[in-house]
Amino acid sequence: MSAPATQLREVSAEGALDLASKGYRILDVREPVEWNAGHIPDATLLPLADLPSRAAEVVPDKNAPLLVHCAVGARSLRAAAWLLQNGYRDVVSMRASLRDWRQLGGAWEAPQELLTSAQQLRYSRQVLIPEIGQAGQRKLLDSRVLLIGAGGLGSPVALYLAASGIGTLGLVDDDVVDESNLQRQVLHTSDRVGMAKTKSARLTLNALNPETRVKEHRERLTAENVERLIADYDVIVDGTDNFDTRYLLNDAAVRLRKPVVHGSIYRWDGQVTTFVPFAGPCYRCMYPTQPPDELAPACAVAGVLGVLPGIVGLIQANEVFKLVLGVGETLAGRLLMFDAMSTEFSEVKVWRDPACPACGEGAQQ
Amino acid sequence: MSTVRIPPVLRETVGGSRTVDAAGATVAAVLDDLFARHPALRDRVTDDGQLSRFVNVYVNDRDVRYREGLETPVGPDDTVILLPAMAGGSS
Repeated sequence: MSAPATQLREVSAEGALDLASKGYRILDVREPVEWNAGHIPDATLLPLADLPSRAAEVVPDKNAPLLVHCAVGARSLRAAAWLLQNGYRDVVSMRASLRDWRQLGGAWEAPQELLTSAQQLRYSRQVLIPEIGQAGQRKLLDSRVLLIGAGGLGSPVALYLAASGIGTLGLVDDDVVDESNLQRQVLHTSDRVGMAKTKSARLTLNALNPETRVKEHRERLTAENVERLIADYDVIVDGTDNFDTRYLLNDAAVRLRKPVVHGSIYRWDGQVTTFVPFAGPCYRCMYPTQPPDELAPACAVAGVLGVLPGIVGLIQANEVFKLVLGVGETLAGRLLMFDAMSTEFSEVKVWRDPACPACGEGAQQ
Repeated sequence: MSTVRIPPVLRETVGGSRTVDAAGATVAAVLDDLFARHPALRDRVTDDGQLSRFVNVYVNDRDVRYREGLETPVGPDDTVILLPAMAGGSS
């Protein structure tokens, strides 16, 4: 003869607190996303939909006194009814909101989560990657990356960094959008010809990801402003178009110990590397002397294949990720070269130069 | 004969080729042979007969500055890479 099911009982928040103090085991039948936004510390999460498959595993003892709650008391009522029908003897549903519970002084565990539910959804495909996860995504969201140049290389770098949730993107550029930029500078659009590149970039980036803080630095990098500009950033992406700026940036980055992800392009060829001050070589170690101007023409003079800054820029963006996340092996100590005409990658080793005027033995550490 | 890779900015001095052949057992000998075959290249990358300082030279993936400089040995299967800095980026 089986014992008749106990009457289904509902209690107020006050009643629930009383039962909890008497040792009732608390079951939270909400969804994980609700649980993550805050929950009763002693509760066990068992979503309503999972009851049939998991109840026996989570609550093996059918005589255990159970207090079931959800957000307001509807799902918990259904859960309690199911539990009673399936042999549990002492099941009580809280017919009250969790706010009531908290206002009466019920124990509460504030969210420990690193990401909001919106962020978990938005970045879910990369949060799934073991090397990133929620903690890695949090690092990306908290990171600050400065792009020198919002043009050919800066465009793909900025788009992908913003999309993936890099929190703050600084853009240093004093130029305006020109029609001849649009063949490769995919941040900008035909209707923005004449607009400041930093503004056009901000519009594009915030349309893609409203959460990205885009800081416009509408100026050229100079000896006077370089340290101020780079001081607040974690990683610098060098997409400049001339040697003076590259050396200027290098020397300041070495002084302030900022990693620089370097990219350069010419017609069908690109080069990428990463400089981590004092851990690896710097730009001066690699190129102690700059070539004469006729051997180093800018894109405006020499021409550049439209996809080339896309390919090189995304390799730069990948370097930024690894630097921010602290995973993998960067290109520090290696110069990666890409030849678009033959679709070939090759690399050479780059050594720290003990005699380097910026980071060598004679330089201030 | 070893292979010498010519950077994009210098290709016009060797008829547009990405790579050219040159003979020699050291970097210096390879460069001598290279310049004899391509005088226009010599004019662009030498000063007073010396290789200009702005041109990095690698044998395979190793910078000869950290080996034996111009005396670094070169085998027939090796690739010598001439590499000046490349500026282009943003504008």
